[in-house]
Amino acid sequence: MNPAFSVIFLTTLIGAGQGLFLALFTLQSYAAFGLLPKEADGFYATGSLIALAFLALGLVASFFHLGHPERAWRAASQWRTSWLSREVIVLPTFMGVVFCYGLMHFLHWKPQVATLPSGVPVDLSDLFGIFGTMLAFVLFGCTAMIYACLKFLREWNSPLTVVNYILLGGASGFVLAAFYASVAAPELTKFFSGWAFIITFLGLLGRIASLVRNKRLRPKSTIQTAIGVKHPKIVQKSVGFMGGSFNTREFFHGKSEAFFKMLKPAFLVFAFVLPLALLAASFSVASAMLAGFAFIVQYGGLLAERWYFFAEANHPQNLYYQSIG
Amino acid sequence: MTQLALVIDLNVCVGCHACVTSCKEWNTSGSAGPLVDERPYGADPTGTFFNRVQTFEVGEFPNTETVHFPKSCLHCEDPPCVPVCPTGASYKRKEDGIVLVDYDKCIGCKYCSWACPYGVREIDEKSKVMKKCTLCVDRIYDQSLAEIDRKPSCVKACPTSARLFGDIHDPESNVSIAIRENGGYALMPEWGTHPSNHYLPRRKTNIKIHEDELERADNPLKVDGLLPKPAKSEPSLDDITSW
Repeated sequence: MNPAFSVIFLTTLIGAGQGLFLALFTLQSYAAFGLLPKEADGFYATGSLIALAFLALGLVASFFHLGHPERAWRAASQWRTSWLSREVIVLPTFMGVVFCYGLMHFLHWKPQVATLPSGVPVDLSDLFGIFGTMLAFVLFGCTAMIYACLKFLREWNSPLTVVNYILLGGASGFVLAAFYASVAAPELTKFFSGWAFIITFLGLLGRIASLVRNKRLRPKSTIQTAIGVKHPKIVQKSVGFMGGSFNTREFFHGKSEAFFKMLKPAFLVFAFVLPLALLAASFSVASAMLAGFAFIVQYGGLLAERWYFFAEANHPQNLYYQSIG
Repeated sequence: MTQLALVIDLNVCVGCHACVTSCKEWNTSGSAGPLVDERPYGADPTGTFFNRVQTFEVGEFPNTETVHFPKSCLHCEDPPCVPVCPTGASYKRKEDGIVLVDYDKCIGCKYCSWACPYGVREIDEKSKVMKKCTLCVDRIYDQSLAEIDRKPSCVKACPTSARLFGDIHDPESNVSIAIRENGGYALMPEWGTHPSNHYLPRRKTNIKIHEDELERADNPLKVDGLLPKPAKSEPSLDDITSW
């Protein structure tokens, strides 16, 4: 496939936003059970604002993918069958919940709604946090299933796609949280960078698993099934036109084989190895620079990872477009 | 249930592209507006077509065959492009099984083209909506046309009658008979899309002639073994007189 930058930015930006929200509510849960000291409301409010900014930027990026952005509202109608439609519904809903969550903390308006049997009080922001957490995972699922549900794009048609969208978005968000904490609440940096380290490491495992899986895939469709002629040697002589068409542009990344091969180790280093090293270093040296650098390096790596994710998928329609002739 | 479809006979197609040009002509002149055609006479022409004729060489020289392969939307019975559409612009008509795009609802996200394994949807880069073969839905029901003209443009244009049009759910239709009796097949059956359009394979007409069909074994002239004279292995009168 030919990766579209609008979609690359959409998926990576909202991934970071979702991950940051998950990080914030992880902190709030720890604090609720007394595992960490209670953090000031301002930390959550500003954090939610940052998460919202990332989600909004992703939403804006997605509009650049559309031929008719003014009709985008129609995309909410087919939620019964289309994962894309479900994403279109869940993303703004999630943003609304994050907004409410941040607003509650900003206004210090957190009426207690229940008490756990252990005596831990549950306030309204906890409920919104739980709801938001569920929506964050649903959104990861919707985004990933847009790709994973296409059964003949076999590089995507795997549960690993969903797992990796969750892990990579989560990793990015927790690294962002570590950076945010190192600026706003340095005592929390280690908490977030610890989780970021774990999720980034799991993300590395998940991504390697999908790379290994995709390398072992053998195409189900061949030129023989594409035109229905049983002969081992079939060569395309003409695609039916001399210039290009949508079919020759949309389904192939158009970069050299060398570039494509180089990108795999590059994104593994930038999205995983370097951030892991920087996060490890941040355990011993407390520095906002390190976490910030880790986030930027990882975000760059994730852009490359997403580009590779799209480019790697080999669409069976390419069987019909092998030689301009 | 009706399922309109094309049956394309690869045994007859000569690759003349008449179906491509007539399709473009009809569909660029309709009420849905033109099909984009950028730099048609320039160095790098590009545009949206509903139908393409591709050419494949099967076999190795000198034992090769050139197969011309017309490709358009197959109007799958289980179209993977329809459920993925977020707006409902892509739909399959209940009454005749034609898969269509509502150009007024399409947001141009291209997701349906990703979901089609055959690559038969082409976005119109000027009007920014996805377009595809309509089976000339604006023609086949047009009562103002003579009945013989109520067929897709490509079918009308084909000079070798390689394209048949009809209802594949009617067992007595011309297309059903053609599929049944000439080994009609579907493309990429591995994805379970159940394409409605079928292709008829290349086939050679072989006649098996048995010896006793050339010479009657029970020829009464040969019963006594005396006739014919001279024997078949000997020179005949014709051979002698032609000396």
